[in-house]
Amino acid sequence: MSVAATEEPVRTMPPAAAQAPKTPFLRMDNVSRHFGSLKAVDGVSFEMHAGEMRAVIGPNGAGKTTFFNLISGLLPPTSGQVIFEGENITEQPIVKRVAKGIIRTFQITEILPDLSVFENIRVGVETAEKLNSKPWISRSARAAVNDRVAELMKIVNLTGKANRTVGELAHGDQRVVEVAVALSGRPRLLLLDEPTAGMGDTETDHMVDLIRRLHQDQNMSILFIEHDMDIVFGIAQHITVLDQGRVLADGTPDAISNDPKVRAAYLGSIE
Amino acid sequence: MTRLISVGVMWIILILLPWWLPMIGGYTALGSKVLIYAIATMGLNLVLGFTGGLSFGQAAYFGLGAYGAGMTLKYLALSTPLAILIGTLVGGLAATILGPLVMRRRGIYFAMITIAIGQLFYFVMVRWNNVTGGEDGLAGFGRQDIHLGPAVIPISSSGDAFYYLVLLGFTVAVAIMWVILQSPLGHTWVAIRENRRRMEFLGIRVERYVWAAFAIAGFITAFAGTLNAMLFNFTSPQDLHWILSGNFVIMIILGGMRSFFGPLIGVIIFVVAQDYLSSVTGNWMTFIGMIFVCIVLLFPRGVLGIFNRRAEAI
Repeated sequence: MSVAATEEPVRTMPPAAAQAPKTPFLRMDNVSRHFGSLKAVDGVSFEMHAGEMRAVIGPNGAGKTTFFNLISGLLPPTSGQVIFEGENITEQPIVKRVAKGIIRTFQITEILPDLSVFENIRVGVETAEKLNSKPWISRSARAAVNDRVAELMKIVNLTGKANRTVGELAHGDQRVVEVAVALSGRPRLLLLDEPTAGMGDTETDHMVDLIRRLHQDQNMSILFIEHDMDIVFGIAQHITVLDQGRVLADGTPDAISNDPKVRAAYLGSIE
Repeated sequence: MTRLISVGVMWIILILLPWWLPMIGGYTALGSKVLIYAIATMGLNLVLGFTGGLSFGQAAYFGLGAYGAGMTLKYLALSTPLAILIGTLVGGLAATILGPLVMRRRGIYFAMITIAIGQLFYFVMVRWNNVTGGEDGLAGFGRQDIHLGPAVIPISSSGDAFYYLVLLGFTVAVAIMWVILQSPLGHTWVAIRENRRRMEFLGIRVERYVWAAFAIAGFITAFAGTLNAMLFNFTSPQDLHWILSGNFVIMIILGGMRSFFGPLIGVIIFVVAQDYLSSVTGNWMTFIGMIFVCIVLLFPRGVLGIFNRRAEAI
């Protein structure tokens, strides 16, 4: 992976001060998505660098989830272009984008409720290893899959709950399982749609710690939607503010918190 | 370990069936019928229970297998293995070719299109009178002894010998299905049943896997159909009719659609009840219906569902 080459020098610096590599990674050119007369996303231009941790914020109805749907391929844009690593992916279906490493979670948790934690992650690993169409599996391949599942469960701290049915887990753990399944696909760009929504304080801390570790340890590019401003200003290197389908502001946390437009339109109304 | 023991016990019971079944008032052919229907329903359950596709027209492939085998014996060659091979290929390939029509549909639309396709084959067999025997069914063929070098397996004259052929077929089909369900392909099917959208966002072309399940189920059901034709040396359009498709679904639900051997249990309950009740009363279907209602109320996940509440751990 191209990121690996730049990984070492970046790691020696504290991440907040790290210079994100200036390779064009994700770019959106004047992208719109209209639903009838509703302009959910209206002429958004956006650029994100590899290895960046970026938050998307905005009031309800600002178009954040539609924005995610346009990146992940759930919806085609009405106009504009989506460019990932220099390639125009505007017309590409979900599966092709996933193959490129654009992997997302959902605002409403998408898991396999009747299966165990282990089984949920296993199917993700088998998919990442492109094993799905194999009607039998060798002992060694099975062992490799199981090792990778164990590794992922360790990363997300779910090892002790491997055999629990996911549908019966606490909400916070279910969301963590969803992140683990997303990680099984070795994302190059991880999209998290409100990763801490509906969580208690401990669960939230757990998730935030996980997201931070993914960024620091694996130099993963992460784009997340979040309503909790403590989290946003705590971990994001860069913030994009959407309002009524448009980019209201875009910059570092400091710049955003001092931006009078943002304060007027959004932050002020929350505080 | 317990699973290994219970499967071992099951096989011993099945191997000894020609001895004990007549003692309790049954007959070996009833055992053959149970195993044949078990192959068909376990095959169907790959789609229904494990992939989550409401295939309500599975009898079509059962019947195509039966006609394929019967017509091979009647018009082509007096060979049991060839009849099995051709019947299985005819039914299986039909499912494979029609799979793309089915795989994009979901829920009730999946059910409707599978029923419609099933009825299409039913009418073909009814109308194509001079070859298929039309409404009267296809008769005038008989299963042939199998020659293995100097040894002859007398399945044409011995119902017991034929039962063991069926048991062998059941064993092979069960082994194949078991291996598939333990494989990444099987895991993918279950995951699609659980959450189709999640699988799309993992980068899976869900439709292809639904197609694969439908095709494999078609081959297995058709295989069962070939054995069924040779059990009775007869087949009729009823073997493709949606009523049989519906009965297959009922058998699966009775036994438990989330468990691997659930369909076998359902078939035993259904076929034995049918055999016994139809000798007592012409209204046997009423009693089957009552049994069905009771089981659905008492065991919402089927009879085997109570033994493994987490039935995915087949």
